[in-house]
Amino acid sequence: MLVNYAFILILSVFGIILPLTAIVAGWILGPRKPDPVKNDIYESGLNTIGDTWIQFRAQFYLIGLVFLVFDLEVIFLFPIAMAYGRPEFGLAAALVTLFFMLLLIVGLIYDWRKGGLEWQ
Amino acid sequence: MAQWHSALTEALTRAGIPAEIAVAIGLVAGALVIALVAPLIALVLIWLLRKVISRIQDRIGPNRVGKFGLLQTLADALKLVSKETITPRDADFVAYNLAPVLSVFGIILLFAVLPFTSGVVGADLNIGVLYIVALGSIGIMAALMAGWGSNNKYALLSGFRVVAQLLSYEIPLVLSMLTVVLVAGTMRFSALAEAQGRFLGFGWYVFIMPAAALVFFVCSLAESEQTPFDLLEAESELIAGFHIEYSGMRFAMFFLAQFLNAFVLAGVAAALFLGGWQGPGVGLPGIGPWLGLGYFVGKTFLVYLLQIWVKGTFPRLRVDQMMSFCWKLLVPLTVGLLAWQMIVQVLPWPAAAINVAILAGNLITIGIALAAIGRHLRLDMIRTKRAFAPASLIGTMKPAVEG
Repeated sequence: MLVNYAFILILSVFGIILPLTAIVAGWILGPRKPDPVKNDIYESGLNTIGDTWIQFRAQFYLIGLVFLVFDLEVIFLFPIAMAYGRPEFGLAAALVTLFFMLLLIVGLIYDWRKGGLEWQ
Repeated sequence: MAQWHSALTEALTRAGIPAEIAVAIGLVAGALVIALVAPLIALVLIWLLRKVISRIQDRIGPNRVGKFGLLQTLADALKLVSKETITPRDADFVAYNLAPVLSVFGIILLFAVLPFTSGVVGADLNIGVLYIVALGSIGIMAALMAGWGSNNKYALLSGFRVVAQLLSYEIPLVLSMLTVVLVAGTMRFSALAEAQGRFLGFGWYVFIMPAAALVFFVCSLAESEQTPFDLLEAESELIAGFHIEYSGMRFAMFFLAQFLNAFVLAGVAAALFLGGWQGPGVGLPGIGPWLGLGYFVGKTFLVYLLQIWVKGTFPRLRVDQMMSFCWKLLVPLTVGLLAWQMIVQVLPWPAAAINVAILAGNLITIGIALAAIGRHLRLDMIRTKRAFAPASLIGTMKPAVEG
């Protein structure tokens, strides 16, 4: 079992080396003639007005919050799904799981009615 | 332990190499193969995309460099190597430079759990499906780092869109993977492939769960930033998306990551729903594993071609349409599908009856989805007609249509 994770560790080293080699090769082989106009922020030929790190809509926060709740619940469902077919996973456990699913559905309906899913 | 690895270690020990070093050599060799094959696959993927899209648009596509233009991608890569790497003014050094590396890193790691053929899975984890889900968020992080670090308004907007889209579509993606885990009772990719081996290797899960397979396909389009959901690089609005300030090889890394992501998600779809390396004749000694490899690669490229077909055919969605398609259609339907499967699987029925019940639930889900989309489109049409009806223009300006 540990060999599998050792493999992933070695692969992750290669996964960093591969893009780094490509980028360093491009950096060595390519020309380097920086000038202020070239290094300027690209904005269709205009000068950027004001700060780049602008205010953004609160909608993104809402989506992030809904995602957090859902993703956590879904991750909890993975071990349940693994155990579901086993004989020791009885009717009572299945009912508890269905109640857990019901929480997920009620949460979705609540968010929908509150308008958290509308993109204005 | 993966079988390829024990076989390799055994061969090396027989050749007189100490056991510990043999294990290490085996692991490094396996990782090297994946790290070298992945960019080669990307060359084929890009060539295939350009050729097929060209044929869809009644063009010929690349045909000058090499036979059938096969070396065109290589030529493009060489050109990108020789380009200057420009770092824009005021870019955040760490985030800007780390983002392209991280985006490729996350995708290369995904290759570790793809079941290429029986006994050849890079790392046959018992949490394989969860591993895919976990690594999926590295790509999101890389995109946000690129968008935030480039100090460009377009890139930043695109970064927000990436996060909103990829986070949203991850929910139905994970739920559709969960339906397969629920039926198979395992998250190990090799065991998932074994479980689909009945009926001469045609006991695929797509036959009992077509709705889950469809949801997975649609979400994989969104996750790999393909056409109906490519708002984050909408050329007419954001110019290039989060990688607008990247040039040369750093841009090529995002390009590579995007294509490999599409390929890996196609591979996961093949492994989960299309039986992985299963097919007629994989049990034969000698030739069997090679047939399995052929089946797996063939199925993966089939799903990839399907993605290209969608890419060449569909227009881009609007952002609110995209979000409501995910949260108001895909998420409720997959949650319902999962609940239905949980109810059915706890019943004391024979396996065949349970499978028929799951299939019925899936077909009903597809029906509900089609009805909901049809209703939405009809309402949309009426709304559009009202908005442009000449009656609403009376007294404000000339009628829309003369006479």
